[in-house]
Amino acid sequence: MTQKSSIPVLTADTGDHQAARPAPPGERDRRRGGFPFDVRLAGLVGVLVVLCLVGYVTRPDSFLTEANISTMLRLAAAIGVVSVGMTFVIISGGIDLSVGSMVALCSVWMTTLATQSFGPFVMVLCGLAVGLGCGLINGVLISYGKIVPFIATLAMYASARGLAERLSGRRTQVVSETGFTTFFRGDLLGVPVLIWMLALVFAIGWTVLNRTTFGRRTFAVGGNAEAARLAGIDVKRHTAIVYGIAGLCCGIAAIMVVARTTSGASTNGLFYELDAIAAVVIGGTLLTGGRGSLVGTLVGVLIFTVLNSIFTQNNLDTDIQNIAKGVIIVAAVLLQSTRLRRRVRAT
Amino acid sequence: MPSLDRRRFLWGTTAVGATAVLAGCTSNESPNAGATNAVAGGTGANSAPGKQVTIGFSAPAADHGWMAAMTKNARAQAEQFSDVTLRTTEGTNDVNQQIGQVETLINDKVDVLVILPFDGSALTEVGRQATDAGIQVVNVDRIFDTPLAYRAWIGGDNYRMGVNAGNYIADQMKAKNISNPVIGEVAGIDSLPLTQQRSQGFKDALARSGFSVGPRVSAQFTPESGEQQTSNLLQGASKLDALWNHDDDQGIGVLAAIEGAGRSEFIMVGGAGSRNMMDLIKADSGVVKATVLYSPSMASSAIALARMLGQAKGISDLAEHEIPALITTYSAVVHKENVDSYLDVGFDS
Repeated sequence: MTQKSSIPVLTADTGDHQAARPAPPGERDRRRGGFPFDVRLAGLVGVLVVLCLVGYVTRPDSFLTEANISTMLRLAAAIGVVSVGMTFVIISGGIDLSVGSMVALCSVWMTTLATQSFGPFVMVLCGLAVGLGCGLINGVLISYGKIVPFIATLAMYASARGLAERLSGRRTQVVSETGFTTFFRGDLLGVPVLIWMLALVFAIGWTVLNRTTFGRRTFAVGGNAEAARLAGIDVKRHTAIVYGIAGLCCGIAAIMVVARTTSGASTNGLFYELDAIAAVVIGGTLLTGGRGSLVGTLVGVLIFTVLNSIFTQNNLDTDIQNIAKGVIIVAAVLLQSTRLRRRVRAT
Repeated sequence: MPSLDRRRFLWGTTAVGATAVLAGCTSNESPNAGATNAVAGGTGANSAPGKQVTIGFSAPAADHGWMAAMTKNARAQAEQFSDVTLRTTEGTNDVNQQIGQVETLINDKVDVLVILPFDGSALTEVGRQATDAGIQVVNVDRIFDTPLAYRAWIGGDNYRMGVNAGNYIADQMKAKNISNPVIGEVAGIDSLPLTQQRSQGFKDALARSGFSVGPRVSAQFTPESGEQQTSNLLQGASKLDALWNHDDDQGIGVLAAIEGAGRSEFIMVGGAGSRNMMDLIKADSGVVKATVLYSPSMASSAIALARMLGQAKGISDLAEHEIPALITTYSAVVHKENVDSYLDVGFDS
């Protein structure tokens, strides 16, 4: 997948070959007549294909069936949507540790008896508004409050789950509003609504990131915030909005989790931040910002989902699964850093 | 710039309005609140009011249905007795803080202490301190490392919980003449000894009938993890005959997964005994046919025991003059025939 990141700001200084920060791959590849698509992404897809083959070989009767693929995609839906938001944040040079807690808070807030009494539409709106609100608070603290993202979102990580516990009284709030569950657990044109939602969020995210000024600015801010500022980008407002997007994604994920579990609880979204960061990183997005790919993130999420399914279907212990997960993360990052080093040396 | 001001004003108003609307959505007040609490019956020779007893109670934070029910039951039981004053402390999952709270209760010179420790080993020392100070300690569920730290212990039986679940499922399979059943298991957190004991008991009981555990997954005692793990389990097992889920709190998610997969060919047995599951057993319209108790009613009994210890009474139906040192509650199987008599111990998950 070509990264169409023709960033106006960075093209201005591509003449400087000794720059410590490598130019975005799209630029360099084009200049050196390189590959038409990202090799690493192809490798990642290869891993996914191999995993699917392993699943098929070990469980030929049930792995690549329509039902299982649908189950895997629905399991990937919530974490996939959260990872889309996380990709934006990381590309812009930040990090968001609070996504899991925000999912918990949204899921609780949208399932209180008061919210449920207003019907499904208000529940959805409530989830989205709470997510967006929390995300914007993160963003404002980071950009205008000048708190580093790690600390600001760590604060949200603690307090959002605390508020979720407070609101729910640490109980599991069962959804009795059947309109909500019927719609989100159902199908649309033969495909589960959750999969439509994942596809839609991904498609919108991809378009915004790769085909709009906003997306190009996100790359620019993450690549070099100071240069972006000098080029006339309102870096502060942009950063705040990026965190708002991450929060909004958490709201959407909360709707999915509530639909799947038919309940809201303060324990929802545990370790989502780690799963999302892992998926984004193995998808090839640089933790330092400025470079990344949403397609990679999606493949990263799918790799973990497929891995989980293979282990469960073959009735294997979860501890080995966690080891495998760790190995995949390390391998992906090693691959990424060695390729980068080679590139830097080549210039 | 006036246009900018207007934009700011509009955005500001929207934000304030949205906040106000959201704040209105936080209430969880149920119109028909008033859940039941398990309390020991006020009958028999010991029910007559006696000497005033002050009981100190310390427990972890009420962060899930079962633990919340433990604290609620203890309070409800104490209110039943006119001769009991209950001193409770704020529940905490920080062992240091819980040790501090127990020390406070010791300094207040309560007559009897009821301690449900967050971690039995970590609170053993403070249990000994209390015992040395002449306070009788009732240890609930998570046992101290040494009998020197408690006068009496009351708790559940994880191994037998698995055994009874296994026996019930084995009986059902035999009644249906299924000779080689596929029996699934949705366990709790696998690294905890209690989960290992439950699984061992389940395995041992099934083995007695020549059956074995088929597909098995481990969840995290939360509805979300229950749903995810069960979705995968159901995909891997195209046909199931029975399924045991260790915990009714995560059971909400397990049921959501079963419903989502449109499966109904098997019977499901729960664990712990939530009100929710008991209602489903009573309705008998879905896969849930039974649940194996690990009942928070033990907290009510602990308060009753503490009162009797404080008044130097024994259990009148037993020959012993004193309260026994160890009491293990029985993990009864609640099914359609007996569910009515257990509704009072069901807890809100």
